[in-house]
This record gives sequence, structure tokens and C-alpha cells, in this order.
Amino acid sequence: MDVILLQLLNGLDKGGAYALIALGLTLIFGTLGVVNFAHGALFMLGAFCAVSLSAFMGLEKVTIDETQMTAWGTPLEVRTPYIVDWFGSAGEFMLDFSVPLSILLAIPVMLLVGLIMERGLIKHFYKRAHADQILVTFGLAIVLQELVKAQFGANPLPQPAPETLSGAADIGMALGFDPHTVVYPYWRLVYFAFAAVVIAAVFAFLQFTTFGMVVRAGMADRETVGLLGIDIDRRFTIVFGIAAVVAGLAGVMYTPILPPDYHMGMDFLVLSFVVVVVGGMGSLGGAVLAGFLLGILQSFASMNEIKSILPGIDQIIIYLVAIVILLLRPRGLLGRKGVMET
Amino acid sequence: MTTSTKTDTLLLWVFALATLFGPIILAPFGAGYPDLLQKFAIFGIFAIGFNLLFGLTGYLSFGHAAFLGVGSYTAVWSFKLLSMNPIPAIILATLLGGLFALVIGFITLRRAGIYFSILTLAFAQMSYNLAYSVLTPITNGETGLQLDQADPRLLDTAFGIEYGAALPVSSLFGLDMNQTWTWDFMGWEIQLNAGFYVCAVVLILCFWIAMRIFRSPFGMMLKAVKSNQNRMNYTGLNTRPYTLAAFVISGCYAGLAGGLMAVTDPLAGAERMQWTASGEVVLMTILGGTGTLLGPVLGAGAIKYMEQIFSAFNKPELLDFFSFLPTAIAEPLVSVLALFVGEGWHLTLGVMFMLIVIFLPGGLMEGFNRILGLFNRRRGAAGKHPAKTPAAAE
Amino acid sequence: MGILEVQNVNKRFGGLKALHEVNLTVEEGTVHAIIGPNGAGKSTLLNCFVGRLKPDTGSVVFNGTSLLGLKPHEINQAGVSRVFQTPEIFGNLSCFENVMIPAFARRDGSFTLNAVSRLSGERSIQEKAMHMLEDLNMGDKAGVQADQLSRGDKRRLELAMCLVQEPKLLLLDEPTAGMSRGDTNTTVELLRTIASRGITMVVIEHDMHVVFSLAQKITVLAQGTPIAEGLPQDIKGDPRVQEAYLGGAHL
Repeated sequence: MDVILLQLLNGLDKGGAYALIALGLTLIFGTLGVVNFAHGALFMLGAFCAVSLSAFMGLEKVTIDETQMTAWGTPLEVRTPYIVDWFGSAGEFMLDFSVPLSILLAIPVMLLVGLIMERGLIKHFYKRAHADQILVTFGLAIVLQELVKAQFGANPLPQPAPETLSGAADIGMALGFDPHTVVYPYWRLVYFAFAAVVIAAVFAFLQFTTFGMVVRAGMADRETVGLLGIDIDRRFTIVFGIAAVVAGLAGVMYTPILPPDYHMGMDFLVLSFVVVVVGGMGSLGGAVLAGFLLGILQSFASMNEIKSILPGIDQIIIYLVAIVILLLRPRGLLGRKGVMET
Repeated sequence: MTTSTKTDTLLLWVFALATLFGPIILAPFGAGYPDLLQKFAIFGIFAIGFNLLFGLTGYLSFGHAAFLGVGSYTAVWSFKLLSMNPIPAIILATLLGGLFALVIGFITLRRAGIYFSILTLAFAQMSYNLAYSVLTPITNGETGLQLDQADPRLLDTAFGIEYGAALPVSSLFGLDMNQTWTWDFMGWEIQLNAGFYVCAVVLILCFWIAMRIFRSPFGMMLKAVKSNQNRMNYTGLNTRPYTLAAFVISGCYAGLAGGLMAVTDPLAGAERMQWTASGEVVLMTILGGTGTLLGPVLGAGAIKYMEQIFSAFNKPELLDFFSFLPTAIAEPLVSVLALFVGEGWHLTLGVMFMLIVIFLPGGLMEGFNRILGLFNRRRGAAGKHPAKTPAAAE
Repeated sequence: MGILEVQNVNKRFGGLKALHEVNLTVEEGTVHAIIGPNGAGKSTLLNCFVGRLKPDTGSVVFNGTSLLGLKPHEINQAGVSRVFQTPEIFGNLSCFENVMIPAFARRDGSFTLNAVSRLSGERSIQEKAMHMLEDLNMGDKAGVQADQLSRGDKRRLELAMCLVQEPKLLLLDEPTAGMSRGDTNTTVELLRTIASRGITMVVIEHDMHVVFSLAQKITVLAQGTPIAEGLPQDIKGDPRVQEAYLGGAHL
């Protein structure tokens, strides 16, 4: 029982990341009709927003303390981050919370990236074949990840969670299991909560605003909405921006779980596409559901008990599920009939 | 009618001669050395096969690298278990590539469009993951599958072929694949390599088969699949076996290419199955010209050549090259260009990918045709547009 | 016993009764028109003939074999060809290739891995296709890419693609929709010529002029059910038909 609970919890944070990326992918596909192979790169860019901010805040001022000597007899160099020098303990707090603070940086940056991408490139591919869309965004993904590699290097750059959140909760004890059986890092809880909030925000936005209503109508029947004289194009640009921000935020908050490197985007992209397909192309609810479902499944598949029966199952479980779903129910779990069924 | 057959024969002859004289023709461009020439031929085969699927039927597979990897592993195993002779290796690699394609195609071809692309990608990633984990006994995981002096090599033993203490090289009835004859020709060093010539002969054969498929009723049916599957069904044609046949044939080509990789360098690693490798063959095909006969070979050559040039450069060399410019201009220019060379070759690849898709969807072949068209118009041959689809024989 | 026997066919889409107890017999060698107001179920019925839709109940028997559960390509191989309302052709192939493909399908069946022979060596298919194009006055367009054709020519091409298969039954879904009067007349003449060769045809048509100048028998559908059937002159005068079809106006 406790083992099951632990795996369930372990699946949630990964599932949250899948759900957030897949949500944006399916939103873009549903509204703009574009297959965005560069969406994983947006996730990766978000993660590198966190890397940049912490690197920036970590810039140090070097002072020489004449009163102290090192073992070699030279004056001791004291390195203090500027931010601590200026703001004192508030600065230390900011340094510690650099990952969550990166959200503030990532929102405008990702919005800008999304808008430039849509206006500069994607817009010209609305009417072209899906194969062309796949190819051009695939090229863009390579460009983005190579630029990041040129700037930040090829090695993963670990980003610590804030000190206060870096421990682990003994959830099992609270639920009456033996101590130390269900120990769960706080940050993963934070990530799950964060993903839930972002997903809720996106749904609320689409459900309760006029803008969201038009977007949903556009997803259902694009031509009719266009005929109503609503400027759907401008809205699509904003939708793309939102999807970029969602993917970026997913990346920012994921950095303490997985040290970001330049190719993390592609790794997640493939899985997120599988998530979208399993959930049903163009179905927002399906993307979220499938995201968590596959995250949890993957976590169960990596249990030693299961791996000993089916070796390697953890590596392929998601793909297997996708293949089975696509064959049994081609339009995915919650997909509508007629979407991309050619 | 006979004219089109004649053009084809001519094309085949030109192609064969250009391939066989490759080491001489390409020497002045600094591309005449065996390693690169082998890559031209191998990736040419890979791209021709990919084009038989994507170019004719329009099914965009993002998992073709899996078949390439299967081919490589098979060939190395053939070296280990059977013989160092490349012939059984490439035959088995082709067959196994095709067999894998049959299984994967049987499942993935139930869906079309982007679903097909994603399914093939999923299968390739799955194979890649498995090759690194559970299948380690077969693939030797991260290290990659290598030859060993202690390998049984049953056929070789049966025929009494001994390799002594050294690690064996693959050898065609005594002709070692890494053997190279060099001679000086008008100041260039010409290198004739046995491995390359095996690849070249196979490439010519593959090109000829592709040409026959293009000109056959079967090829026309594949083009019809791309054009209108609905009409095909109502015309009494079952599209699934056609697409599956195309998928298997292109899987065979990929397996064969993977096998040749092992022939020229008896080593197989899982990274050959990664999605980047699948993406590369897509790029080769569209760069050269999707759906054209010659395009994929040109695309493969162009990319491998550029890879060689771009990754050889580094920053100091660039600085040296631009030393005629004032430092204030040269420095920033070089630091930008340096992003694209050496380690940054993939950035160039990505940029090229985008530029081709945006500006030249028809690839190099379309570019040539446009230039030819310009010339023709200049010469006042108005009204005689170069036919887009060669009307099949009159 | 007709060449096509439709018995008690019912088809529902959710709550909507698209077809209700449809009975229909198409006699061999005749032109049988199915008319009716919009939404009467004409296209649904046609789709049940070619395997695009499967009736909920009832039977569709062509030439002695049931068509139910057969796939579109199997039905075509049994001898049924179809012309669509918007022409379905192979847009990026030449007209000549467009006609060769169905000719191959008739000769070689639904799949053959014929990668060994050359197109240029397939004399009999080539001659057949060329002959068909010339027959429909499209000989000069053989080398033209199909999607470059005018709308009328696309329809004629599609007709050529069906006829080259020498079908036992030809289904036509509004063959003159959206055509000018002149084009319509040409098409009607063409269809009459084809009919005179003894090919059985089922035509769905809105244009009464076309229907009465082509059909030997007419079935009138209204709200998914046949309300009248008979010779053109009988249908013309039938008050029920005028009521259902024209809301009481006279033909």
C-alpha cells in the first residue's frame, strides 16, 4: 500500500510536466492547426531562464580582507554576491529562492519568445502541409537548443531548490504508515501544486473570459468564427504566447528536479507528443489527464518489483501505451471525432 | 516512350560513372578521401530509401534511424558469428531492416499524417531506449557492439580463414575493406578505397532499383497514395499493402545502409538510432528534393560534405581567414560565425533545415529546375515550361 | 431480379432517421435516378452502396453478392464505380496517369507489387487509357497535371477514370452540380452515350431537366423513405411527389 502511494506521488511531478507541455501543444494544435515540434525547446528555454537568473544573481563582488590571511600568506579574498551586498538578508533570501523567482523573469521572456515565433515563423505555415510544419519547427528546435548549448555548454547545470523546501516530507507517517516508508521531497509537492494551479488558471481563462470563449469556439470550428468577423489571427498569436509561457514555467520549476541541459527539450517533446496523442489531439482535458496518467504509469513501471518481471518496461511503457491507445481508440482518450483522422 | 527509357539509361550511366570516379572527381574539393566518400554512398542509400517512402507516398517517418541501427547491429553480429565477409553481413542487415520495418509498419501504418510521424518516432525512441537498457546483451549498451578476437566466426573457421592475433577487418574474399591505394594525379592525392567501392557498387544498384520503382506501375500507385487515398479506395485499390510495401522497402534500404556502416567500420552503437539521426535523413531528402530520383543522393552528399567542412573549422582559423578585415569588424564577425562551425555544426544544420523548408520546399532539384527555367525563358523558349511531372511516356 | 437489390435498409445517425425502410431495384442496363429534396437521404443511400456507410439493418445485394461489410475497394472490384459530387482525382498526377491507375486496378486487382515492369512497357493499359481520354475528348490533355484542369474537365476526367474500369454499375452523385447550362448539356449528352452502351447507372440529381432526359426509372426519396417510383412521365404527374419535392409547385 505504502509503496503504491509512493509511486503515485512520484508520478505526479513528472506527470505535471507532461501535462503542462502537452496542454500547450494541444492548445496550439487545436486553435492554430499547427504541429509544433519546437514546443519542447520552449520548455528547455524556460529552464534556462532559471539558470540565467541564478547565474546573474550569483555574480559576486570580490573584496580583499587585509586582516585575514590564507594559508599561502596572501590576503583572503572575500566573495559576496552583489545582491547580498546590496540587500543584506533580503538578498540572501532572493538568492535562495532564485528558482521560484525566475517565474517573474520567465513570463515576459517566454511571452516575447512565443510572440516572435508565431509572428515571425509559424504564421506563414498555417496553410502549409503538416509535414512542412513539423519540419520547420523541428529545425527551429535544433536551432534553439544549439544556441543554448553554445551559451551554457553541454553539461547539466543543477539548480537547487530553496533551502526551506529542499527537505522531504514523511507523508507516510501522517497517513498512519511506518516512518520513512513514504518520504517525498517537498519540492515535488510544490511542483505538483504549481502545475495544478497553472492548469487551473489556463482552464479558467478559457472558460470564463470572452477571449477564452472565442478561442474555444475557434478550436471547435475555425471557419465559422472567422466568418463572424472576429479577428481570430491576433487571438491566435496570444494563444501561442500563452502556450509558450506555460511550457516555459513548466521548465523553470522543473530545474530542481532535473538539472537542465540543452537537449532536455527534445526528450520531453517526444513524450509530450505521445501524451497529446493519447489524450486526443486538440483536447485540453485529454492532455492533462493523459499527462498525469502516463507520469504515474511510468513511475509504477520503474518499481523494482515490476522491472524484475518485465525488464526494461520503464523505458518503453509510455510508448507501449501510446501504441495500444492509437490502435484501439485512434482519436485518443478524450479526442473528438474527426480531428486529424485522415 | 523510348525517349524516357533512353533518358533513364543515360542518367543511370552518368550516375554510375560519377560514383565510381568519385574519388577523382571530388579530390579537388577536398572530399576525395575514403571516410567521407563512404559516408556519401551510405547516406545516399539511406536517403534514397527514405525518399521511396516519404517522396512517393507522403508518409513522413521520424523513426527510420531505428532500421539503420538494426542494420548495423546485424552486420556486426554477422561478423562475429559468421564471417568477416561483408556479403552475408549486408544481406542479413537488409533482411532484418526489412523485417523490423514490416512489424513496425504493420502497426504504424494504421494511422496517417502526424499520427504516423509520432508513432514512428515513438517506436524509434523505444528501440533506442531498449538498446541502451534491456537489450545490452545484444547491443552492448553504451560501449557499442565491437569485434573480438575470440568471436566464433563459424563460416570463416569452416573455410579455414585465420586472422591471427590482430582484431580482424572485414574482408571481401581476401580484399580488406580498409585497404587504400593512393596515387598522385595532377598534384592531387587520389585515394581508392576497397570499402568505398563496395559501398559505391551497392549505391548504384540501389539507385537503379529506385529508378525502376519510380517508373513502374507500383511507383505510380505510391504516388497516387500521396495524392488521394480516398480515390484510390473507390478505384478498387487497397492502400495499406502499398504503403506497407513502400515502408518495408525503405526499411531494407535503411538496414542496408546500417550494414554498410558496419562494413566500413565494424562497430555499432545505439546513438545511430536516435531521433537526430532520423531527422538527418529527412533533411537530406528535402534538401535534395523530395520525390525526385537524384535529389536524396545530392542532399546526403551536400550535408555530409558541409558537416565535414563546418566541423573542421574553429575560431582561430576563422580569425586567420578574416585577418584582412579590421579587428573591430573581424572580432564580432568571427564570434558570430564561430557559433556555426566546429561544435556548432548542428546549429548550421538547424538553420539550413528551416531555410530549405521556408524558401525552397522542392529542395536543390527544384532550385536547379528554376535556374534552368530562367535560362530557357531567356532564350525565348516561352510557353515551354519544364514539365512538373514527367508525363509517363507517350 | 435487378442488378442492384436494396431491401429494408435503415440507417440512423443518433436520433436522426436518415434512411427508413428503403427498397429499391435497379434493373440491368437502365439509368435509374434517385431524386428528392435536400436532406432526403440520397447521399446516405449512395454511401451505403459503396461501403462508406453501413446500413443498420437491411440488405444491399449487387449482382448476387451482398455488399454489406465490404470495404470500398472490394465493392469497386466487384464492379461498382463512383463519381463524386466534387471530383476525386489524383491532383498531382497527369490525366494520363489518372486514367491508367484505374485500368491497372481492373486488370491487376486491389494490390500487386508490380515494380518489375515499366510503365512505358505497359502497352495495352496505355492504349486503353489513351483511348478512354480520346473518347471523352480529352486526348489533348493527357500530359496535363490533373489539378490544373477546369472544373468541368475534372469531372470528365473522373468519369473517364470510372469508365475505363468498364463497371457493371456506375454511381453518379450530382454529375452536373455547379455546371453552366452549356456544360450541363454536354455532360448529359455524354452520359446518354455511355448509357446507350448498356452501362447501368444510378444518378442522384437535383436538375430535373437532367433527370428527365436521362432516366428510365425514377425513385423519389423524402425524409429517408421512398415515396414514389416509376417511369419519368408517371413521376412528373404524381401529386405526392410534387407535394414532397416541390412544396406543391408544378413541374
